[in-house]
Formats: sequence, structure tokens, C-alpha cells
Amino acid sequence: MKSNLYGFLFGMWLLIILGGGILVVIIGPINISGFGDFDLIINSGIKAIIAVTLVIIWILILSKLKNWIFRKEIKS
Amino acid sequence: MIEFLIPGVVVSAISFFIVIFLTPPLIKFLEKRKMSVPDMNKKEHPMVVRPGGLSIICGIIGSELILYLFFQMNEIIALIITTTGAFVIGYIDDRKVMRGWFKPVMLAVAAIPILVFGTYDSNLTFPLFGDVQIPALYIGLIFLIIPITGNTINSIDVLNGVASGFVTISSFSLTICLLIIQNYEVAIISLPLGFVSLAFYKFHKVPSRIFPGDSGALTLGAMYGSIAIIGGVEIIAAIALLPAVINSFLFLSSVKRIVEHREIKGKPVEHTEDFKLKATNDSKAPITLVRIILAGGPLSEKAVGYAIFKLAIFSAILAIITSFMMGVKI
Repeated sequence: MKSNLYGFLFGMWLLIILGGGILVVIIGPINISGFGDFDLIINSGIKAIIAVTLVIIWILILSKLKNWIFRKEIKS
Repeated sequence: MIEFLIPGVVVSAISFFIVIFLTPPLIKFLEKRKMSVPDMNKKEHPMVVRPGGLSIICGIIGSELILYLFFQMNEIIALIITTTGAFVIGYIDDRKVMRGWFKPVMLAVAAIPILVFGTYDSNLTFPLFGDVQIPALYIGLIFLIIPITGNTINSIDVLNGVASGFVTISSFSLTICLLIIQNYEVAIISLPLGFVSLAFYKFHKVPSRIFPGDSGALTLGAMYGSIAIIGGVEIIAAIALLPAVINSFLFLSSVKRIVEHREIKGKPVEHTEDFKLKATNDSKAPITLVRIILAGGPLSEKAVGYAIFKLAIFSAILAIITSFMMGVKI
């Protein structure tokens, strides 16, 4: 049982590092210009939407991972 | 680095001994005022006083003000105000039952000093991949981090000694990580959190003589979050906090809304005849870290606490590995 928890922790750690990679490689370089003073707001808005989407995907993956790892325990 | 040695030793000693010397009279004061609650995980349900947040916040403020005499940094002032704000919010919740939204919203307000003093770096640093610049987005992140860390530590305060012991492990690992990435100033600023938690653990461990209450748990959590922001170690701090994050995640994914623990009908943990803890069979009860730990069979309160501490040490090791990875780019 306890090894399952350590596995879940390790899985979360890997997902954080992977998520960081996606943020830096994909979201970081996004730069939209041509809207004058609104450039910063538009850039941040787009980055925020992608980041929130990633967080939702992260939570969904964690939920699947949780159900897979703790299936027996949760049923009990 | 040697110039940080004396301030480091001084603030560590001050924070530790303020809590050690202030908590016993606080226990007596709270006993006189009959500010106590039954410890439901003991056979006789002994009354335990709360909240112990006052000695925790005094230890933090006292040591950080002394540190300010050594280093006149805005980071210290912002941290003191935010942490004190969290203490006040927790104390209000200790004295009067507030709605579920109260703590998250008010903790977001408590984060304002970090913004006002500009004691943050809007670049979010990830291991192996480097920085991502999110200037506007990061401001929103500040308002999320303090409520998350505050409530996460609060939600793990379920058994004798767990919250204080857990924060001791997490905060010392965060200090080590700050030293590894050579952020010595913030490493020294973070030292009182570990020593205050360690000192409070002396009174909070099984059998507890005092509970930290929301004022204590939110103070510890908000200070942890503040250090993560001003030290630019948000990701490392999140990793060191993972067991508590798992607890909140399991709870929220089973309850599916933000609620106070007292609003939950089913209890995740029951007691055996010899008053060991065992996981409930109630399908309506929320899933928590303790319930998952107990799925393998009944354990004493102390054994469950140690199981959580082992998970905290595992996360601390992952955090330290991550801080070494900060210097590596692929």
C-alpha cells in the first residue's frame, strides 16, 4: 500500500517536470504583437488559457493515476 | 556565504526558543480560559487547548525582525505582513466558524504585501528547461499560492503532531534547496519556519498538549508560500509539499467542492476497540491521505504520523534532486 503512495508521489513529480517542459518550450515563446498597448494583456491571456488547460489536463491525468493506483483502497 | 552564518544561527535560536518558552504559558492561559477541544483519537477524549498559533507567530515575527536588523530587505517585511495576515485570518476562524470560502479569499488578500513590495520574480523557473516569462500571469499566481499553501497545511493538520512535523521536514528541505541554488538571503529568511515548527512539534506531538488551530496551520502554510514566492522556488516548494497536496487532491476529488472539514458528514477514519485508527467502509466519507495509509490495516496515531513523515522525507529528497536539476538545461 505504502509503496503505491510513493509511486503516486513519483508520478506527480514526473508530471510537474514534464508540465514545466511544456510551459517553457511551448507557452514561453508565444509572442503576439501588433495590438499596441494590448500586446501584454493578449499575450498573458493566451498564455493563461493554455496554462489553465494544461492544469486541467494535469488534474485529469492525476485522477486517472489515482484511480489506477488506489483502486482497491478506494473501493474499500 | 560566511556573512550569513551568524544571522542564520541567531534567527534559528531566537525562533526556536521563543516558541519553546512561550508555549507553556500559552497552554496555561488557554486552559484557564477553557479554550479546549476533545482529542477524538484518544480513548478518553482528553481536552486539548487551542489555538497555538500565537506562539508560532511570535516566534516568526521576533526572529524575522531581528533578521531585519542584519539585512534591511523588503522581502522580510512582506513576509512578516503576509504571515501575520494569515495568522489573523486563522484566529478569526478559530474563534468563529466561518464559511468555506472565507479562508481562501482572505488568504489571497493576505498575499497583497508581496505584490506591493515587489518581492517576487515573474519568471517561473523549471528544472531542465529553464525560465518562462509570465509577468501578468504571475500576479494571479501570487494570489493562488498563499491560499493553496495555507489551506494545504491546514488540511493535513488531522492528527497529533502531523502539521508541525510535516512543515519542519518540508521547510528544512526548502532551506537546503535555497542553499543549493545559492539564494542565501532567502535561505536565512526561511530558517525560522523550520525552527518554529520544530519547537512547536515538541508540544504538538503525540499526545498533544496544544493544537495549532487554523491560526497556527495557516501561519505556517502562508509563510511557506511566501518563501516559495520571494525565493523564486515555487516548483521546488510544491514538490516538497506533495504529500499534503495529495491529501488535498484526494479530498477535493472525492468531495468535489471546497468545504470546511466540519461540514463533511462521513468520517474517513474510525477506531478499533484498542483505539487504533482504521479506514472507514463508509462510501460517502471523503478519501484522504490518512484513509489511504490505513487501507493496509489499522495503525496507531503515532504510526500514521510517522508514515506521513516518511512520505514528507521522500518528497524532500525529490525537491533536493529538483534543485540540483535547476542548474542543468537540456
